[in-house]
Amino acid sequence: MRNNQGMTAQVTRTDILDVAREQVLERGVPLTHPQIVEVMRTGDDRLQDLLALAHEVRMKYQGPSVEVEGIVSLKTGGCPEDCHFCSQSGQFTSPVRSVWLNVPELVRAAKQTAATGASEFCIVAAVRGPDDTLMEQMREGVAAIRAAVDINVAASLGMLSREQVDDLVDMGVHRYNHNLEAGRSYFPNVVTTHSFDERWDTCLMVKESGMELCCGGLVGMGETIEQRAELAAQLGELEPHEVPLNFLNPRPGTPFGDLPPMETGDALRTIAAFRLALPRTILRYAGGRELTLGDLGTRDGLLGGINAVIVGNYLTTLGRDPREDLALLDELEMPIKALNETF
Amino acid sequence: MLDGDAVGPVARTSAPGAWCGQCGEALDAGEHARCARRAELEPPRFCVHCRRRMKVQVTPGAWTATCVQHGTVEQPTWG
Repeated sequence: MRNNQGMTAQVTRTDILDVAREQVLERGVPLTHPQIVEVMRTGDDRLQDLLALAHEVRMKYQGPSVEVEGIVSLKTGGCPEDCHFCSQSGQFTSPVRSVWLNVPELVRAAKQTAATGASEFCIVAAVRGPDDTLMEQMREGVAAIRAAVDINVAASLGMLSREQVDDLVDMGVHRYNHNLEAGRSYFPNVVTTHSFDERWDTCLMVKESGMELCCGGLVGMGETIEQRAELAAQLGELEPHEVPLNFLNPRPGTPFGDLPPMETGDALRTIAAFRLALPRTILRYAGGRELTLGDLGTRDGLLGGINAVIVGNYLTTLGRDPREDLALLDELEMPIKALNETF
Repeated sequence: MLDGDAVGPVARTSAPGAWCGQCGEALDAGEHARCARRAELEPPRFCVHCRRRMKVQVTPGAWTATCVQHGTVEQPTWG
């Protein structure tokens, strides 16, 4: 794990924001796990200072651009896994039914996304891992999108074999999403049908393949502050190109369906802490921000470390009107990242 | 989309239903304020006419919900 033992000792003697300023902003060294915990415990009276620092770090190492992405579910519902936050598991009493999107509708969705100015379009399937039918659907769909739409195509299809990783590279998929979902110690409380290490292995294969790795998780699932910080630290160890940060949106019929939404202040502290743990990584607003942050919190997060957004609808739920997000970015003078721009 | 039949999208959208599209319970029984709030960020999951669970596809700019008995509704969410 990226670490700085010398700084860890100082945490107990000096203000954590002063430490983070010197360590992360000035030297580019990510926070350690104990330091992330301390940042996540920042009081409400220091929250604006924390967000301002995280924003400085984002601006120094990532710049003002914001990467915009749209996502679509190619195969919805009927998943054999038991991720406790997910309405698409076939093991719960969620009302979500299984449905497949055809290739013309997939291309239409990519065009809708590109029309917002987005540079990324991610195709997602609710599966443990892709079978031959899904891989063939991907092959046809990615080719059709690339022929018709000027947009980068990403994918999220669960756990992969080495051969499937290579196939996705051959198709032209430039980024692959596979979340850790939770820190290692809390993961068994979230998923029991596969292990943290299985997820980790797919992430490593994706990185080795040359595809960009998109890997994040969810917060607000009943984890402790230490476990939430652990997710950030383990993501720092993995060094993905992008981290999507989801806030639990409790889904009816799932084991986490009755959990309360995360407090806005805690969500903002989490955003800033993740930025300080991952200074050079794209940090994306993913699901749940409408419920957890609302309009004002969304703005605060963009000024507190976030530099990427998912626009439009999600996989099974609805998002804000993209025009509202784009107007906010314009107001904040944060240009949309161009198609071939790199951070 | 179904086109033109008596139980197609026109009938679905114009006729009031008896069931809540969010929770699937009867509209005249119990409280549906939470369902109404949820509907701002959720497509319906149950057919308001027959309470069947629908096949729902969400795309970046729309949702489509299909009841095997009462047809399909497509709702743009922006643009």
